[in-house]
Amino acid sequence: MTKKNKTTVIILLLLCAVLIVAPVFALRGAEFGGSDGAGSEMVAEVTGTEYEPWFTPVFEQMFGAELPGELESLLFCVQTGIGVGVIAFLLGRFVERKKIENETAGTSKKVSHSHT
Amino acid sequence: MTSKQKKIVSLAASFALIAGTLPAAGAMHIMEGYLSPRWCAIWGVLALPFLIAGFFSIKKTLTRDRKAITLLAMAGAFIFVISSLKIPSVTGSCSHMTGTGLGALLFGPSAVSILGVIVLLFQAIMLAHGGLTTLGANTFSMAIAGPFVSFGIYKLLQKLKVNKMVSVFAAATLGDLFTYCVTSLQLAVAYPSPDGGVAVSAAKFLGVFAPTQLPLAIVEGILTVVIMIALESYARPELRSLGFEEV
Repeated sequence: MTKKNKTTVIILLLLCAVLIVAPVFALRGAEFGGSDGAGSEMVAEVTGTEYEPWFTPVFEQMFGAELPGELESLLFCVQTGIGVGVIAFLLGRFVERKKIENETAGTSKKVSHSHT
Repeated sequence: MTSKQKKIVSLAASFALIAGTLPAAGAMHIMEGYLSPRWCAIWGVLALPFLIAGFFSIKKTLTRDRKAITLLAMAGAFIFVISSLKIPSVTGSCSHMTGTGLGALLFGPSAVSILGVIVLLFQAIMLAHGGLTTLGANTFSMAIAGPFVSFGIYKLLQKLKVNKMVSVFAAATLGDLFTYCVTSLQLAVAYPSPDGGVAVSAAKFLGVFAPTQLPLAIVEGILTVVIMIALESYARPELRSLGFEEV
């Protein structure tokens, strides 16, 4: 990765962090609930009646209750973990491959140089 | 304990407290059981041809070049990561991004529908997030409509000779936003307002989703650019064989 690209990536990642963290500080005390919660409130507001979902999630059917918050965040972490694992593994391979390519290109150049 | 140490500990404790009390939020697909069976079926039927096309598109890409599977896995994993992170937004509620832009640019929009539906199934079954009955509708918005917009915008901007990374950013950002516009419309046609019909309730749903989603869409655009820079630096051969990188 060129130096310029490295700087760009770092700046972009910092920008992301700012975009994500800023609302938390700007809106102290806000609830930060899910916007699908807001969506279902809106359904209730538009139709004028509380909507009763006609189908409940499979996990809830199995447990007979809503999934506890901690377990839900665990499962979300599992999802993130799977994704990060795959990306990190493959990107790591790409980076190593490039390094090896550069090294062999370097040595073969030296060899051909010594021949001439 | 010195007073400085005490200060540090109490600062850390207050951070922990804040982090602990930020509620774990549900996010933003249409929830299980929230669409009537009729609409579930309609969106399912509409999504189906795209999924079939996506399946064949992926098959074709992989028979042409088996190695493309690494980037395909990466595009899928990107959706996994991005769509699992619920992020606070300016409206004081949380939502999450879609992550489908990257795959759409690399493999074309129909291929992403398959990657997207895998993620949506995972979330619907394991996380009670989205749902099996609303799978068709959510697939249509997140894994079909969004990616098609991303792909179209990218192609258009490339034709206009816009800088490549700017095009990637615009494509991913607008694709993400469009996903939530489609979700709003899906809810609106299912729940037309009694006084004013579909248009009024569409405006209401958009009013909830759009401002929340806008900063997140920008974050998604930035992250897609970051991963694209990484790929351009380290995976040029793969990008070239996909025809993404013109030599």
